[in-house]
Amino acid sequence: MRVILIGGGQLTYFLAKKFANAGYHLTVINHDESEARSIARQVKATVILGDGSSPAILEEAGAYEADVLLALTPKDQDNLVACQIAQIRYQVSRTIALVNDPNYQTVFRQLGITIAFSSTQILANLIDQQAEFFDLKSLFPVAAGKVNVTELVLDENSPAIGQMIQELSLPSGSLIGCIIRHENMIVPQGNSRLQAADRLILISQPDQSEKMLVALIGPAT
Amino acid sequence: MDSPKYIIVVGCGRLGSCLASRLSSIGHDVVVIDLQEPTFKALTSGFSGFRLVGNAAEFEVLQRAKIAKADTLLAVTGEDNLNLMVAQVARIIFKVKTVMARVIDPARESVYRNLGVVIVSPTPLVAQTFLKQLDV
Repeated sequence: MRVILIGGGQLTYFLAKKFANAGYHLTVINHDESEARSIARQVKATVILGDGSSPAILEEAGAYEADVLLALTPKDQDNLVACQIAQIRYQVSRTIALVNDPNYQTVFRQLGITIAFSSTQILANLIDQQAEFFDLKSLFPVAAGKVNVTELVLDENSPAIGQMIQELSLPSGSLIGCIIRHENMIVPQGNSRLQAADRLILISQPDQSEKMLVALIGPAT
Repeated sequence: MDSPKYIIVVGCGRLGSCLASRLSSIGHDVVVIDLQEPTFKALTSGFSGFRLVGNAAEFEVLQRAKIAKADTLLAVTGEDNLNLMVAQVARIIFKVKTVMARVIDPARESVYRNLGVVIVSPTPLVAQTFLKQLDV
């Protein structure tokens, strides 16, 4: 897979390492000379020094052949324009933009970006869900924010332990997608009973997430 | 002049302040947005509109400027990408009737031609003026 990454800082660096290790053909565009050199030295990728929202730089980075473009700069406008030029001029089929202002998450989708994610929103969701009280991970929105996917490990204090799924008062906009128990994946049935240390993959509408979590781990103290 | 329009000018630099001052002095309701307060000094005494300090890249700032009510939006900051983003938000999201954006890089300008936003690129216009004067 051919990936173009635009951005700098830790996020771009670690993502670049991950993609390079996964064997993707990776090009990184960065506009700071010392940072570009540093990435080139440490990651198996082509590094281009320049502005990722400039058509000439995108072309140099191989946009015509790219499968995915990720724009991760701190400026939403630069991410938007980079993704749009990649799509319109170079027919890159998947464009992913980081949005700093969470209000732009849906706006970017309306403007044609394939995926727009807001780390602000993800982190805010975590705080809202009072993540520190239980082992809740990876709450993230999919399908343009219409669905939340949550990973939750049930500890022994959970009121849901020993209950059948059909007995739990899960709200209608939510479901347990699968249960991982002792390294095995179980597709839950209505009469499946939950056990301590079960790792649940939960799917919910964002406004039902809190009710769903309360049904599984009890109300926040 | 027809009835006064509600016009948002984004960016109060040399171009923005010139446009805002002129449009306000002929009777339109003008809101001008800029990141920094001192920049508004560029507005002439003819300006009787509203000054909004804020980052136009923030959705909320555009809402504070009542973008949904605007008849016209002119995106004339010094940053092409910001102008393109604000212009699209105005035209596509808020359906502002008349949207214009200055885009300095001619390479970008050609990608965005079919947006429903009028894009003004200074370089070709200035080149024309030079060439006309040189009578070539």
